[in-house]
Amino acid sequence: MTYKAMAAACALAAFGFVGASSQAQAAKTLVYCSEGSPENFNPQINTTGTTFDATLQVYSKLVEFKPGTTEIQPGLASKWDVSEDGTVYTFHLRPGVKWHSNADFKPTRDFDADDVIFSFERQWKDDNAFHKVSGGSYDYFNDMSFPKLLKSVEKVDPLTVKITLTGPNAPFLPDMAMDFMSIQSKEYADVLTKKGKPDQIDQAPIGTGPFEFVQYTKDSTIRYKAFKEYFGAKPKIDNLVFSINKDPAVRLAKLRANECQIISFPNVADLPSIKADKTLQLQEQPGLNIGYLAFNNQKKPFDNKLVRIAINEAIDKKAILDAVYQGAGQPAKNLIPPTMWAYNNDIQDFKYDPADAKKKLAEAGYPDGFETDLWAMPVQRPYNPDAKRIAELMQADLAKVGVKASIVSYEWGEYRKRVQQGEHQAAELGWTGDNGDPDNFFVPLASCAAARPGGGSASKWCDPQFDDLINKAATITDQAERKKLYMQAQVIMHEEAPFFLIAHSVVFMPMRSNVSGYVMSPLGKHQFDQVDLK
Amino acid sequence: MLQFILRRVSLIIPTFIGVTLLTFALIRLVPGDPIEVRFGERGIAPERLAELRHEAGLDQPLWKQFLDYEEQVASGDLGTSVVTKQPVWTEFTELFPATVELSLCAIIFAIVIGLPLGIIAAVKRGSPFDYGLMGVSVTGASMPIPWWGLMMILVFSVELGWTPVSGRISDLFYVEPYTGFMLIDSWFSDDDGAVLSAISHLILPAIVLGTIPLATVARMTRSAMLEVLNEDYIRTARAKGLGGMRVVLVHALRNALIPVVTVIGLQVGTLLGGAILTETIFSWPGVGHWLVESVQRRDYPVLQGGVLLVASLVMLVNFGVDLTYGFLNPRIRR
Repeated sequence: MTYKAMAAACALAAFGFVGASSQAQAAKTLVYCSEGSPENFNPQINTTGTTFDATLQVYSKLVEFKPGTTEIQPGLASKWDVSEDGTVYTFHLRPGVKWHSNADFKPTRDFDADDVIFSFERQWKDDNAFHKVSGGSYDYFNDMSFPKLLKSVEKVDPLTVKITLTGPNAPFLPDMAMDFMSIQSKEYADVLTKKGKPDQIDQAPIGTGPFEFVQYTKDSTIRYKAFKEYFGAKPKIDNLVFSINKDPAVRLAKLRANECQIISFPNVADLPSIKADKTLQLQEQPGLNIGYLAFNNQKKPFDNKLVRIAINEAIDKKAILDAVYQGAGQPAKNLIPPTMWAYNNDIQDFKYDPADAKKKLAEAGYPDGFETDLWAMPVQRPYNPDAKRIAELMQADLAKVGVKASIVSYEWGEYRKRVQQGEHQAAELGWTGDNGDPDNFFVPLASCAAARPGGGSASKWCDPQFDDLINKAATITDQAERKKLYMQAQVIMHEEAPFFLIAHSVVFMPMRSNVSGYVMSPLGKHQFDQVDLK
Repeated sequence: MLQFILRRVSLIIPTFIGVTLLTFALIRLVPGDPIEVRFGERGIAPERLAELRHEAGLDQPLWKQFLDYEEQVASGDLGTSVVTKQPVWTEFTELFPATVELSLCAIIFAIVIGLPLGIIAAVKRGSPFDYGLMGVSVTGASMPIPWWGLMMILVFSVELGWTPVSGRISDLFYVEPYTGFMLIDSWFSDDDGAVLSAISHLILPAIVLGTIPLATVARMTRSAMLEVLNEDYIRTARAKGLGGMRVVLVHALRNALIPVVTVIGLQVGTLLGGAILTETIFSWPGVGHWLVESVQRRDYPVLQGGVLLVASLVMLVNFGVDLTYGFLNPRIRR
């Protein structure tokens, strides 16, 4: 009897032990080797992708980008109505959405309209108690012209919010899916105010997203755990760790050693060896960006359309892609990248044809060519890995048609300022999109408004017909109608050739071969809620 | 003695001002504005730029900015990071233990290996071992840390898989930062294996950071030992018939250690300088890594405050060394 009891006890203990250990093993932890430290955990204040990645796991927005696309899908708002004139948006909020909790905060209520109002007013109103917290500079809110665009944000009832705009604005909805419109908890803000530590709202974030924030060790790791009460599809992993490593070579070494399972921004030179490694897989996607050489359309000789077309024919785009992008670039024929819904694929890019280029130059009154400056950025950008090298290749090509280009460069801040002032004749620059809306490319880069001195356009190109089309497209909410207008606009842009469009760079994500469910975002976001480890 | 201390202290104040002036001027000589650097292609409207520059006090003349900064520092406020909006002091105290832990391990590594090597080289003076060691130590002292660190990672972490690539502990362990010293904190963690993981993460960075001090310690020990071994009392000891080992380790080493200990004290500066590079390569979250980031982000308050704190530390250590000296050797008090 005693033996039996002992045996049973042993069996139970062993069972318990096995149970416990299998439970421990079952906890799935995904380590993502990221490229840098977030500034803090508030996407309203900061503008870097690194911070957005860190906050994206925690916060939700009223509407979200559908994974892998730039399309809009419901988020904290389960549906919305837009008034006939396109100026009133009524968001119907999802009921029963739970907030995260931490040592300072145990939520007593679900997400509601007060939280939405608070998140708007913190960025918008000087008199909001949290406006000045953490330095209070809301760059995106201002950049997307929200202070001008918003007339009022009102609570209709706890689950309905009415937003009135000063005029119709089609990109408003994609703007609402951007990280700066993440919704923070009003109740958490109130609790922190009472405790006398309001700045904690941006250091220890409370959101409604798929992962709860656990701990941040500065410059080292960010830890999250799956949020069991998340309103969407539950995360497949239990813990998510961001391991911060600035050096891409170190990130890759960690991936090979299985110390992390996904890494960001590999060195282009390492791609062949990653592809060859059977323990790894490589996903790729064209980035939401464009690298170009902008002709100053207000200065001679680039005020002449024939000259601009001639230069487009004189430069060997393929040679640039092969030599500088090394497979990490896609030749560009439109200003917007092909992942966008308004992309006009019927456009035929200019052919590399130095003989015809020479003919066109002669026709334009430059039979012996001309002298020009050629500005190259001093820094590497996502859309342009080596501006100086590209400038040298262009210089050599241009010499062949008699154009003598001298390469110019300045410190990066100075460079942008001078290009905005229009001091250049031809300058390399580019753009990375924010919300996947074509308006976010055409207006800042090619509108008449941006062509004024000091405006964002490097081409200083102002074509009234093109401008009408893009401005009209911004006020219509019907996407099919908008698409028609943008398609036409792209035809005009191709005919007028205000740029030499170089490339859309390709973004790569190396990961271990046992990772599944990772979907690359055309917006460059890194989202892990549906990732699983086999 | 009191006069000696006062004289030393009075030298510290001008040094402080010199350090702040130098960092203040140098970071402003680097092109790029801390506000504009944030905006990228998007650019910023001139009015908004002016507003943000005004808030950060950057629209003031430089001399005024400097005086304001000195006044602020004198009142004990090192400012707030432009990037993270956290006080510089808070960030420093959060990161400093990591640097101390790494530096201590590096110096221990340098002493444990460097001292015996130096002694053996001195005793076997002129032997192939001596020449070999001195050759290696010149190489070690001139080793570029970034190259050396990456080589170590490639060989030991990637090829052989013996050590982890980077960081302070495996990302799978969750350790509460009670003291900030990972070896101690991981000891209190419930996870088995956390301490081992912390130790294994320290090995490569400590070796890389300890390489230059190791070479210095070995060379210094050798030359100090050689000097002492030629002294009359050593010959006397040998003449008395004492054993070789006893003469070397008891009689000679004790006296030879005095200059060696000084050199070790002076390695604090080398270690903190080397930590900047080592921490960057091994993603070691310490103050070196933090300062490099602050230069890239043009985070003036962090860079100025961080350099000031590190410089104060070096000054403090040197002051301590001076005091000990003054105490031990009355001649230099004058």
